[in-house]
Amino acid sequence: MNVADLETVLPFLLLATGGVALLLVDLAVPQARKSLTGWLAFVVALAAGVSALALVSGKTMKGFAGMVQADAFAYFADVLLCVVAALVILLSLRYHTARGLMRGEFYPLLLLSLSGMSLAVHAADLLVVFLAIELLSIPLYVLSGFARPRLESEEAALKYFLTGAFASGFLVYGVALIYGASGTTALGDLRAALLDNPALTSDALLMAGLALVMVGLLFKIAAVPFHFWAPDVYEGAPTTVTAFMATATKAAAFLALMRVVAGFAALSPSLAQPFEVADALRPMLALIAAITMIVGNVTALAQQNVKRMLAYSSIAHAGYALAGVASGDATAVLFYLAAYAFATLAAFVVLIAVGSTEGNEDHRYEAYAGLGRRAPLLGVIMALAMFSLIGIPPTAGFVGKYFLFRAVVASDLTWLAVIGVLTSALSAAFYLRVLMVLFMREPETAPEAEPAALAADAPRMVAAYVSAAAVLLIGVFPSAVLALLTGGELVALVR
Amino acid sequence: MGLQNAINGIPLEWYLIVAAALFSIGLYGVLARKNAVAMLMGVELMLNSVNLNLLAFWRYLAPESAAGLAFAAFVFVVAAAETAVGLALIIAVYRSLKSVDPETLTQLKL
Repeated sequence: MNVADLETVLPFLLLATGGVALLLVDLAVPQARKSLTGWLAFVVALAAGVSALALVSGKTMKGFAGMVQADAFAYFADVLLCVVAALVILLSLRYHTARGLMRGEFYPLLLLSLSGMSLAVHAADLLVVFLAIELLSIPLYVLSGFARPRLESEEAALKYFLTGAFASGFLVYGVALIYGASGTTALGDLRAALLDNPALTSDALLMAGLALVMVGLLFKIAAVPFHFWAPDVYEGAPTTVTAFMATATKAAAFLALMRVVAGFAALSPSLAQPFEVADALRPMLALIAAITMIVGNVTALAQQNVKRMLAYSSIAHAGYALAGVASGDATAVLFYLAAYAFATLAAFVVLIAVGSTEGNEDHRYEAYAGLGRRAPLLGVIMALAMFSLIGIPPTAGFVGKYFLFRAVVASDLTWLAVIGVLTSALSAAFYLRVLMVLFMREPETAPEAEPAALAADAPRMVAAYVSAAAVLLIGVFPSAVLALLTGGELVALVR
Repeated sequence: MGLQNAINGIPLEWYLIVAAALFSIGLYGVLARKNAVAMLMGVELMLNSVNLNLLAFWRYLAPESAAGLAFAAFVFVVAAAETAVGLALIIAVYRSLKSVDPETLTQLKL
């Protein structure tokens, strides 16, 4: 181990040490001023994001004996994750006071989970993939149950824990089988072994291992049919945690998934470069993507609760991103995940503003009636978020979907792109329903929340402006984001 | 050294079969039991079967590198962390509901 090794995972190190240190610092913070812990966590997350931004370059570096990899994709994901986490911290300050959740452990746990995500995007070894997925999941189990003794939150935490632990059992059993079949867990070595030894490509043990690892990772991204935990967990968890899970966790798990898929690209090398997905894996990924898009969007249509609708929306968008994985174009997938993350975060700003008012937290559609006219700013932000999630220009969602479907068509999966476009059209029905309720319906009873309370919180407004600006700027200037994403040249997920 | 010879005589497949059986028992435990503690025990069995697999692969296929051993150590550390969090969550739910049956958790339904 030397200094160069440390540099390859610098954001992870900052977050992990920052999280542990903050846990100690929090002991000295008086109960009445727990938002101080939040601000410190905000600084740590921003510092990690800035360090990733400073390290972005076209080069690919490996560290810790090939266990981790630092490349433009990883740093891009680091920046995205840290910005999202910093915004979630800003949103948490007021929400937690209002909901009586001002306990200092929240922010260190958030940082530790974020460090797991940062490690996941740098993973170059199946062991690191497993370790990172656990590091990001275990704090999230606790965070989901953070609103205890509220039973919904406890229920969400227990359900998330049982399904998550179950899924990681599959993941790690698969890794063990791959280790047995190939003698290595390093993705780069695995790729070389598959190229050198064609007999390995039809090895039953290796195939079984790959299938189990895929099941474990598809659980984490909540792809159908491994999505059943997501709606309950998203609805029951504190809204700030849901916002974090729906955006950051998804992006991190997707990049880990793409690295694993790329490690197996030599299974049956595709002729079209730079596609990094084996032809043998394509039909499976495309099928799951299609089912996920259809089930996610159709089920979202039937929801009566905005928070639960956004859970199904996150499943549907996992389907779109998975279609990008099937096409093998990692750039399009990461761009899409960034566009999706900011649009979803903008929507959650409105949910958290509603949740931060006095009284019970109510996210049924009826509770949102007339909100857009009482608090126009929140209405505009929600409108922007919904337009981006549908994919209407000039928002980020449109450009994201454009790149994604272009990649899917270029990889001869036109039928998948058609399903994607059709389900996007269908999704307009439930996204626009939110806006309809927000602007065109009168509340049945006198609203509990005054507009002043809805817009009063400065940190929340900063988060609102930043996520809304990101949705618009990514939509108008996609090339700037693309430059950051690829570092100016082609990046290989595994080498 | 009779025992050593006997252990050396066991083919790799036997370990894999025992591990697969252990994994399946754990899987059954998670899917069929109605008690969160028993489900947690099922998950632990699944993770232990992984360790059995890893150590057998290490001993038979790559004894010269410590990767398999290190991996097994990671797996049981993670399993311990998971159990600690899991039991805490189960206790929190038990305090509210006086039950550890996940099916009694029905706050979150469509």
